[in-house]
Amino acid sequence: MNLLLSAIIFVPWAGALLLLLLKNAGARTTRGLALLFSLSTLVLGLLSLGSFEPARAGLQLVENRDWISSLHVHYHLGLDGLSLLLVLLTGIVGPAALAAGSGNVRDHRLYAALFLLLQGAALGVFLAQDFFLWFVFWELSLVPAYFLIRLWGGPDATRAAYQFVIYTIGGSAFMLLGFAAIYAAVGTLDFVELAQLGAAGTLAKALGGLATFVFVGVFLGLAVKVPLFPFHTWLPAAYAEAPTGASMFLTGVMSKMGVYGFLRILWPLFPAQLHAAAPCLIWLALAGVVFGAFAAMKQTDLKRMVAYSSVNHVSYCLLALFAVSASALGAGAPASPSALSGALLQMFNHGLSAAALFFCVGILETRSGGQRGLNDFGGVRTAAPVFAGLCGIALFSSLGLPGLNGFVGEFLIFRGVFGLAPAVGALATLGLLATAIFLLTFYQRVFHGPTTARTAGFRDLTAGELASLAPLIGLMFLFGVLPQILAGLFNPLVTAWTTLP
Amino acid sequence: MNALPCTIYVSFTGALLALLAGRVSAAAARWVALATAVTAWGLTLSAAAHFVPAAAVQTLVDAPWVPTLGIRYHLAADGISLTLVVLTGLAATAGILFSWNIKERTGEFFALYLALIGGVYGVFLSADVFLLFVFYEIAIVPKYFLIANWGSTRREYGAMKLALYSFAGSALVLLGVLWAYAAGGSHGFGLTDLATAAAGFTRGEQIAMFALVFLGFAVLAGMFPFHTWAPTGHVAAPTGASMLLAGVVMKLGAYGCLRVALPLFPIGFAFWQPCIAWLAIIGILYAGFVALVQDDFKFVIGYSSVSHMGFVLLGLAAANVRAASGAVLQMFSHGVIAGLLFAVVGRMVYERTHTRKLADLRLLPLHRLLPFAAVTFVLAGLASMGMPGFSGFPAELTILIGVWTTSRIWALAAAVGVLVAAAFTLRAIQVSFFGKVETAGESPAPADHAHPLDPITLPEKLGTVLLLGATILIGLKPDLLLGWITPALQSPFFQTVLKGGTP
Amino acid sequence: MNPPDYAGLARALLPEAALVLGALLVLGLDLLFFRKHSRESRLRSAVAIGALAVVAAIGLNLRVGDAGSVFGGVLVLDPLAVAARVGVLLLTLLTFGVATGTAPLRHPAEYIAIILFATVGFTLMAAAQQLLLVFLALELASLSLYVLVGFDHARPESAEAALKYFLFGGMSAAFLLFGFSLLYGLTGSIDLPAIGAVLAKHDPQPLLLVALTMVLVAFGFKAAAAPFHLWAPDAYQGAPTPSAALLASGSKLAGLTLFVRLLWPGLGSVAGHINPKYISPGWLPVVVLLAVASLLVGNFAALAQTNIRRLLAYSAIAHAGVMLVGVMIAGSAGFAPLFYYAATYGISTVGAFGVIAVLEGRGGCQRITDLAGLHRRSPLLAGCLLVFVLSLAGIPPLAGFFGKFYIFADALSIGGATGEIGGATGPVGRVAVLAILLSAVAFYYYLAVLKQALVAPPAEGAAPVRVPLAAALTLVVAAVLLVLLGLFPTVLINGF
Repeated sequence: MNLLLSAIIFVPWAGALLLLLLKNAGARTTRGLALLFSLSTLVLGLLSLGSFEPARAGLQLVENRDWISSLHVHYHLGLDGLSLLLVLLTGIVGPAALAAGSGNVRDHRLYAALFLLLQGAALGVFLAQDFFLWFVFWELSLVPAYFLIRLWGGPDATRAAYQFVIYTIGGSAFMLLGFAAIYAAVGTLDFVELAQLGAAGTLAKALGGLATFVFVGVFLGLAVKVPLFPFHTWLPAAYAEAPTGASMFLTGVMSKMGVYGFLRILWPLFPAQLHAAAPCLIWLALAGVVFGAFAAMKQTDLKRMVAYSSVNHVSYCLLALFAVSASALGAGAPASPSALSGALLQMFNHGLSAAALFFCVGILETRSGGQRGLNDFGGVRTAAPVFAGLCGIALFSSLGLPGLNGFVGEFLIFRGVFGLAPAVGALATLGLLATAIFLLTFYQRVFHGPTTARTAGFRDLTAGELASLAPLIGLMFLFGVLPQILAGLFNPLVTAWTTLP
Repeated sequence: MNALPCTIYVSFTGALLALLAGRVSAAAARWVALATAVTAWGLTLSAAAHFVPAAAVQTLVDAPWVPTLGIRYHLAADGISLTLVVLTGLAATAGILFSWNIKERTGEFFALYLALIGGVYGVFLSADVFLLFVFYEIAIVPKYFLIANWGSTRREYGAMKLALYSFAGSALVLLGVLWAYAAGGSHGFGLTDLATAAAGFTRGEQIAMFALVFLGFAVLAGMFPFHTWAPTGHVAAPTGASMLLAGVVMKLGAYGCLRVALPLFPIGFAFWQPCIAWLAIIGILYAGFVALVQDDFKFVIGYSSVSHMGFVLLGLAAANVRAASGAVLQMFSHGVIAGLLFAVVGRMVYERTHTRKLADLRLLPLHRLLPFAAVTFVLAGLASMGMPGFSGFPAELTILIGVWTTSRIWALAAAVGVLVAAAFTLRAIQVSFFGKVETAGESPAPADHAHPLDPITLPEKLGTVLLLGATILIGLKPDLLLGWITPALQSPFFQTVLKGGTP
Repeated sequence: MNPPDYAGLARALLPEAALVLGALLVLGLDLLFFRKHSRESRLRSAVAIGALAVVAAIGLNLRVGDAGSVFGGVLVLDPLAVAARVGVLLLTLLTFGVATGTAPLRHPAEYIAIILFATVGFTLMAAAQQLLLVFLALELASLSLYVLVGFDHARPESAEAALKYFLFGGMSAAFLLFGFSLLYGLTGSIDLPAIGAVLAKHDPQPLLLVALTMVLVAFGFKAAAAPFHLWAPDAYQGAPTPSAALLASGSKLAGLTLFVRLLWPGLGSVAGHINPKYISPGWLPVVVLLAVASLLVGNFAALAQTNIRRLLAYSAIAHAGVMLVGVMIAGSAGFAPLFYYAATYGISTVGAFGVIAVLEGRGGCQRITDLAGLHRRSPLLAGCLLVFVLSLAGIPPLAGFFGKFYIFADALSIGGATGEIGGATGPVGRVAVLAILLSAVAFYYYLAVLKQALVAPPAEGAAPVRVPLAAALTLVVAAVLLVLLGLFPTVLINGF
């Protein structure tokens, strides 16, 4: 049996363990080791890409072993286009975020160990194909995230971290109950089997009148994590208080865990319930798109601004999904492939651009001694032209400028949503508009204008920082121009989804 | 298997030896106690290694004791007993390691400690209700003295309250059992005999008898609203005793409910079932919320025990094989986790900082001063929250699945309980160990040289490793225990009351 | 009528003869040889001789064995009588051990001799089957006890207690005699079996009720059952410790044996009924009331005590309540539960008084707090006290637990002839239920005693206690007996 997927998950954890054990290692050693282990994901991800057959829609490189026989739980890992996409994203954002944080972090060894734990847990979420296993990673990812925020976060980190965990666990508790019910009804927790039951309608039948109830439970767990409006209130505080590296990973990878859950669990398992609920949910997603953008516009704290923009961007993904689900024709509608492909691309692209933006805000913050107000800067472009340029690219990617990666995803989503639910699509453009406004304001206030005393001596990017940021920016161009590289991975999957009977 | 009764004899003998060794030196008493506990644990483990899961209870010893009353000295074990005796051995060993620093009247401490353990082993292995009751009461007295002599905060009050509640509970059990014995024609106290006899009782009799026996045992399991002895008692107790009390002795109550009350009076149980379930749920939620607002670190843990035991009771109340197996697994899991939590709070923190007030602790950068304790507490806290990967998770999941098949509303309420547990545990972690954290950019606080805290000792580390290892092992491989528990619950004896033979 | 069997009578009374001989020896030898010796050595020699006499009495009693009816039914040596005689003799032996622990009184030899005389009374009570002998035995024992209670000239409480006890006791004797005379008048016989046979044939007459009331009142006094218990706390408090021990143990066992023999073989046919539907007159309803009152008064009043002896007195009242349950069920369940209970209760209470006696000799022991720090002052005493008090509280594996369990189990399950009184819903069953529930209350005050002994620190300047060898041996034997009898109760109950 192929152990590649296990390796993807557990190599970062092994690294964490190693770091914890190396009590007396020097700072350089730990930094190097941490980065190495973090990069392993990318390497192993690319390896798996090598043996991945894009033309097949099903799971590949499957590992499936008995684990807990009394609950019929299996150690089941598998990879399809969706998972691979997110593994690669983790492989890219993870090392960048780790490198971004490592410069001025005390207790770096512990920090890096927690970070690797988080990375491994996130990978586990993307690869696990059995609810029990999946939930292990899902919940365990909270622990390192909590400590990263709590121990290295800002002044209000205590509350932010507590809120973050409690909200998420609150959602999880209901999801857990939902799966307890599912298990009680059908006796399996395997996603693949459950998806088959879901497609055939057997699952809903087995749950009887409680299918809706269970659906709500699972939905809550995922919606909090994404977060879907109005469950997003934990997010700005958590993202804003977290240290830069953690913010990058939280927004780049962890927010995708929720969306992934929608695609992997909720949609296949409860097609009928989702179809029934989607006309309402789509308005929630729309609210996320619009209010997220407008809230971002009202922020004066740059980090909170980027945080709210994340709410906005992630909501696009769900908007697309709900639009597909809500349409009378379901996934078979002609606009569905476009919307779904857009959603998948958006997940990846937002990961890149949001991580890059948090990185840039982090740089502003360190250089200015902790300032990150919208009006605290000015004229940074003169002092740090390279930084200004790269940050600008990240901003434009985020607002969806054609040629950069952000554009493709949003374009496909809008194309799909207009085809499926024109009114919603039209209203969602408001979000686009607001996004453009606040991102441009960001750029203008910070980089243009007269140089203030604070920004006069602004140092440009160091080599290390450049090494973190440049690959992200490079990929933005790459996937902006050649989105089919990514699309090729999941096209068969989307085709399979949209041709379901 | 056949060596299991020796756990009882070894423990009681060890108690005497420890008492004598205490006259020589404290160290001698310690080593005797440790050797005793390890021997007994070893016996349970070797029995476990040779155990072939089967539905039937395997008789270990069976001899007439008081033939006039039909009382037999009948020891037997099935998967449930085995699970719990293994837990007892583990908790006892760890508890002794965490009691390594007892300096005053060491011999007596360990003598009482081992006597308590002997009683606990006895309860888990008894197949005759009279015998079970004898061991049950034997366990009450040492509890009182352990707390009253070596405890802290209002120890005499806590000890007295705990002892009286336990004893009052046992009086109810005695009443119910005697009634059943008498009504059944006074043939004997064997579990199966009584169950056969009870099948002929009227519904009214069953309802009344079940109420007596179940209530009596449930008091010891910490069922709301008879739980108040638990936090006060466990807080007042010395660390080793809190570990054992919360970890194992509370299980005696739950075990009694499962082994005696439910199978003997299935009709009575059916009448009380909703009532029990709701009391369990109220217990889960109420104790959880109370834990959320405690200012004493140890009280947080004390109430968390009540909350977790609520899950056990709820699992029993759901009355199907799945839920009951989850309840037994939760007994094991809580036994280990509560032990860990009390060890950190009572031994690692309190005996070094001499405060348990969260308000005081939050001013100390404890995670720097006691990093080992911090890591232990975080892991134990995660386990207690029901984090996957630790034993609490499969237990709670199994209970939830089982409860769901019986009643949706109960399951929903229990899910809220999971959330509350996360909230108060996280708060405890946050306030106690990470109350004072340097914010980004600030240099690490200089170590407080004025009051250096003693480093964590080797016995403490050993005990921690044992308990943590157990909770993680069972978290990853719950089959180890479920494989014993489930067949036992599928036996005809339990099938009179549990539904769903094949999970 | 057969000629009187004097030889049989003499054989049956051999144990009593040994006791009387022993008493005379104690007095004589003391008078002749030990007058000049210290009190301690006089006490020691007296106890040694007395103990020999008791041991001889036990041996003779066992040799005589189960001889049945003796001397035309005046005495009966059935298994109960044999067991009860061995029981009271053993308890006397333990009392001697207690006496060696305490500081000797002014006339140690007389003290021991009177204990032996009291014991003669007890053994006769255990075997008496005729009203005249019953009364004589009872009075022999009582008069000895009055003296024993008032024996301590140094303490005015002792005299006060003796006076109170004497007044109450004298009155109860009058009641008893009056009752007996009525019984004789109604039935024309003083032999219990004959009385029983006559009563069974006729409907109860109103006068019989008067007789029964008289007898019950008298026994209420003797057994210290509420509401006739008022003398007990004062007597326990004021009496020299060994006297109190004897009062609580041997006297009780003998009295209950007598009582149960009087009520069941003698008056069993007029037990009467009590159940929800109707109450028919007889002694049973009254004994139910006595039992309930004793349980309530004993347990709740004990909660308020600060004096250890008074606490033990109230606990004795509570135990009397349980023993009355044993009396009520004896008709159908036999004597075994009652005998086991009374005997083991006697051992534990003698033991408890023994501990008090030793402390009494070393600084006094009246208040419960006087026990403070006993675990430091004398681990042996503390350990023994733990066993005695836990046995009183009814904690397994000690004998006190099985005693309770046995009585309750039988009370709840008896059927047959008296089936309507037992069972979970019968009146006696109800009393048993009450007793079980009250045992939780009792646990509280027993723990309060143990808390002082085993938890509280010793008072300032409290010296370690040296326990005399004989007393130590006695206490250990008593404690071991309680454990062994608790583990192997069949030893005691299989004889019935």
